[in-house]
Amino acid sequence: MNKWITSALIAGALFSGQVFTQAMAQDDNKDAIRLGIDVPYEPFVVRNADGDLEGFEIDLGNELCARANLECSWVEQSWDGIIPGLLARKYDAILSSMAITPERERQVMFSLPYYNTPSVWIAARDRDIDIDDKDSLKGLSVGVQRGTIRDVYVTQEYGDVLDIHRYGSSQDVVNDLKSGRLDLTFEDFPIAVDAIDFRQDDSPYKQLGDSIKTPTSIFGKGAAMAFRQRDKALAAKFDQAICAVYADGTFDKLMDQYFDYDLSVRPGEQDCAK
Amino acid sequence: MEQLNGWFTDLLSGNVIFTANTLSFYWSGLVTTVQLVFLSLLIGVILAVPLAIGRGSKRRWIKLPIYAYTYVFRGTPLLIQLYLVYYGVVFFDGIQDSIFWVVFKQAFFPALIAFTLNTAAYTTEIFHGAIKNTAKGEIEAARAYGMSRKLMMRRIILPSAFRRALPAYGNEVIFMLHASAVASVVTIMDLTGAAYYVYARFYAPFDAFIFVALIYLCLTFSIMFTFRTLEKRLLAHLRPRGA
Repeated sequence: MNKWITSALIAGALFSGQVFTQAMAQDDNKDAIRLGIDVPYEPFVVRNADGDLEGFEIDLGNELCARANLECSWVEQSWDGIIPGLLARKYDAILSSMAITPERERQVMFSLPYYNTPSVWIAARDRDIDIDDKDSLKGLSVGVQRGTIRDVYVTQEYGDVLDIHRYGSSQDVVNDLKSGRLDLTFEDFPIAVDAIDFRQDDSPYKQLGDSIKTPTSIFGKGAAMAFRQRDKALAAKFDQAICAVYADGTFDKLMDQYFDYDLSVRPGEQDCAK
Repeated sequence: MEQLNGWFTDLLSGNVIFTANTLSFYWSGLVTTVQLVFLSLLIGVILAVPLAIGRGSKRRWIKLPIYAYTYVFRGTPLLIQLYLVYYGVVFFDGIQDSIFWVVFKQAFFPALIAFTLNTAAYTTEIFHGAIKNTAKGEIEAARAYGMSRKLMMRRIILPSAFRRALPAYGNEVIFMLHASAVASVVTIMDLTGAAYYVYARFYAPFDAFIFVALIYLCLTFSIMFTFRTLEKRLLAHLRPRGA
């Protein structure tokens, strides 16, 4: 009995020592970076049957690290603790579909945005609605999820013509579009793809006009990596990498692999020249 | 006074939330809430009087269905009833093409129906309790005068029961006002809906909700005042002498 305990203790000591030296070795190597991510968020990141992380953001993150000449590892972190985790040095950057907002900018430093999901107008297929002709929209009802950027956009741009219904969840919006209470809905593209199959030819619903990503004052700049405020050099490396994956088409190739719609936000030339 | 004025000016100068625009939101929310609550209470009372009489009937085929109705509507949350009326009706095939759709397409009428049925159930039970508790002496006196059951109900039991039901009914009115806050989940821009909107727009939950709480308090106060006055007048005969 005693022998067991002793050997277990020794094994434990050896093991922790090993982990310790490994951690030391990693700290010595300046090119090792830990990236924090909230799992799962399909198709951006999921854990597959073998227990490995995969998805669009995993592929993109690994690609960015390769370009920046960094050795990257992934750290799983639930969403509500993801910024505190960064500030507490549990990892060196967040790459987890985090949208740039002024509130977050006070705590962390963002890279250039690497993607932004568009929003989309949807109506019944048999309805003849021209979304660009504002006068023809008078009296139609539109459903949006309350307090979202879509709510802000519709209120600001169409508040004087459309009858705006605000719902607690986007599921409720879809329900009332299907029930016929709503003439229109303005939805986040991935959510709309999920809830209303509006892209099939035999679907009772259709997209109106183009997908919408601007103005950035409402829709935001998009999702970006987040760093601690003082790690300016690290952020600059990733900015360059983001510019590079856009410039040579790697981003588009990755995007086509996971999505059948456009969520790119091409960085401006002066952003990349820095 | 000077100081107080200065303090107010300072307080309001930092204010970006309560502009004319948001105040008009609160105002239309107030109008919607009062309309919704007043209408549902009014129709609820009209329904509740015959139901309360029927609830005390000796005939089982009258008594039991009414009992089942009040049991169901008092036994389930108002929010669930509202969801069932608003989202549930669309699962009836072809309702969109029927004349009922005129009513159910808006959010206001499903909410009015749910609120009315709910308050009618509670009011029925309040009135039924009051009718049942009518003093034996009053009924015997009426019978001694040779009144028929109908006449007795109209002249003696109901007037007496309604007076005694007044305090409990006043509570029901206040509960209904507060329960109406759930209307915002079906897109009605009532007071709470307006507060949600302001909250979502400015990310300021405390300011948005404390303001709406104050409005509800004012409404509750005026309801309480009305019922207090009514009770003083109508229940004067029940007060102890010399008080």
